[in-house]
Amino acid sequence: MNLIDKNREYNMPFLTMMTILLVYQLVGELIVLSLDLPVPGPVVGMLLLLLSLMIKNPFAVQLEVSTGFLLSHLSLLFIPAGVGVMVHLVRLQQEWLAISIALIVSTVLGLLVTAWSMMAICKLLNWKKAQS
Amino acid sequence: MTHQSAIWVYLSASPLFGLALTLICYLLAVKIYHKGHGNPLLNPVALSVLMIVMVLSLFDISYQSYFSGAQFIHFLLGPATVALAIPLYFQLGKLKKVWIPLSFALVLGISFSGFSAYYIAQFLGASEQTMLSLIPKSVTAPVAMGISEKNGGLPTLTAVFVVITGVIGAVVGGWVFKVFRIEDDSVKGVAMGVTAHGLGTARSFQISPQMGAFAGLAMALSASVSALILPLVLSLIQKT
Repeated sequence: MNLIDKNREYNMPFLTMMTILLVYQLVGELIVLSLDLPVPGPVVGMLLLLLSLMIKNPFAVQLEVSTGFLLSHLSLLFIPAGVGVMVHLVRLQQEWLAISIALIVSTVLGLLVTAWSMMAICKLLNWKKAQS
Repeated sequence: MTHQSAIWVYLSASPLFGLALTLICYLLAVKIYHKGHGNPLLNPVALSVLMIVMVLSLFDISYQSYFSGAQFIHFLLGPATVALAIPLYFQLGKLKKVWIPLSFALVLGISFSGFSAYYIAQFLGASEQTMLSLIPKSVTAPVAMGISEKNGGLPTLTAVFVVITGVIGAVVGGWVFKVFRIEDDSVKGVAMGVTAHGLGTARSFQISPQMGAFAGLAMALSASVSALILPLVLSLIQKT
């Protein structure tokens, strides 16, 4: 962890953070490509980083501080993709009713099913505990 | 062509323009959002997209030339996905306590929000490609685009659906929980993270830190679980 200490001295956390994240992403992409996995590369990168932190965690705190910037502006990163709505205007005009009803209803259903199933299993587990 | 319009033509085609436009609109949208006391209807992403689309159509700039600059922001979705490992790492203690109910909620929530959209769209006569692009709409953008591409959907259309779903989740989430009397912050957070990914997580952090932490945890887990489950369920459906 000598490298991280030095970086703190030189106040260069952003560059270190980006390098670490990109290397993990790169390794993730390589694994996905070579094993032909159905999972996107960054997800494999995320799991690998999680695994490394669980094995050896001294740089977790520094990473948390410096990735705070990236994660607190997560919504900014969705904008370029969202502007892509321009390209699909014709399709959206033709199918707008089906799409908007599908999106709104499925989002409400998704919220409810997730919340209810979690509450139901919690109740079931507590009930079992109370019985035994 | 005058000198000024030549400069404009050059600038509107250079990556600098799309990049600067995105950042300016986002900062403006965040300001408006705070001025409106965090009203979820003033969602910063929806506002920025609206502003950018208006500017681009006003000056007749194509999405391609806009994206040549905006891609630098879009690219960061990859490293941001990797960075989700860090909040996940700090929530591992909580995860160990709730992993049984959480994994049920994940599998049911992911399949339900994806395939209810698929069937509703089919029922209302949407095209096959639209239906396929709808399936991963609750997953965070980079992962959703990857799933869509592998399933025969249109990745860019999926990205649009992902953003709209996130905005819908952020807007209606609080209301749904109130109407159906769902009060536990950890349950609400998981529901937001599973259905409305990063935008739902951002909204959850405004309501309470615990809700935000669970939303982030659920979003990160959902990203990896969805990538496995959604293609599997789809292939089962298509076989029957």
